[in-house]
Amino acid sequence: MRSAQTYWLIIAGMGVITVAIRLSMILLLGRVRLSPGVSRALRFVPPAVFSALIAPALVRPAGLLDLSVGNPYLLAGALAAAVAWRGKNMLLTIAAGMTALLILR
Amino acid sequence: MRTEFLAGVRAEIPLMLGALPFGLIYGALAREAGIPPAAALAMSSIVFAGSAQFIGTELFASGSPGAVILLTTFVLNLRHLLYSASVAPRLRHLRPAWKWLLGYLLTDEAYAVTITRFQVRTPTDADRHWFFLGAGLTLWAGWQLSTAAGVLLAAGIPTGWDLEFALPLIFIAIIVPMLTDRGTRLAALTAAVVAVAAAGAPLRAGLIAGALAGITAGWLVDRG
Repeated sequence: MRSAQTYWLIIAGMGVITVAIRLSMILLLGRVRLSPGVSRALRFVPPAVFSALIAPALVRPAGLLDLSVGNPYLLAGALAAAVAWRGKNMLLTIAAGMTALLILR
Repeated sequence: MRTEFLAGVRAEIPLMLGALPFGLIYGALAREAGIPPAAALAMSSIVFAGSAQFIGTELFASGSPGAVILLTTFVLNLRHLLYSASVAPRLRHLRPAWKWLLGYLLTDEAYAVTITRFQVRTPTDADRHWFFLGAGLTLWAGWQLSTAAGVLLAAGIPTGWDLEFALPLIFIAIIVPMLTDRGTRLAALTAAVVAVAAAGAPLRAGLIAGALAGITAGWLVDRG
């Protein structure tokens, strides 16, 4: 069992690390210049990071690879992607995915 | 200024609503993990990073050493280094207080709408940091309130709902409209394959490996 003080110390450390990373380039940009190649690479950051967060949640819901049609997370995610592609509406996308998961499970 | 701030608030509202269930779930899980209520609540303002808070809670619950919790937070939040570099050119002219405030508010959800705003040109471009502030504060307020509700109502939340699934759905809604060219599609596909293949790796290394592989793939094909 940890003491309350240890919880606070670890949480404070997590906060310092998080804000330091978020601030780093915002503060350093005056001194550190990004090359055109780096700037061009930044365009691919959102699709790559979000895709790396999404994919395991859809195809490894229980920690094991499941690419079958019996995987409700994969089907619900695919349906949500189709809704997002057609409508570009975030709440509708979430509602479609959640409803599909509820029915499929 | 007011126009940009309110536009930021409006753009963030759907994402904020999507984040509310996670605030609730986080609050409830943090209580279950044995984190003191005040510390569980404070984590949402001190750390203010949903995925790091979830993983942190999991590690607290399993009694992991503090060093592992801090290292995991670092690895998981490395993606924010790339967000930071990506918004930095548009914030270069601001005073340090603004930079610190916006850096603190730089979450996945605030970044997603802000970078979209930064990529278009409008007559009010000089005020677009207000858009960032409006988006960031909207998410912040929703996150604090839903966390508090989760901490207070910890026992009353039905467990069979699978609300966590809203998180990948939110991210799907964000990236699918971005996949308009070969480079972004290849980046997303490569990241997905690598992240899945390496999902068992410790310290969420699969996430970072997938993201870096995706960025590299997009960058290479974009060179033509």
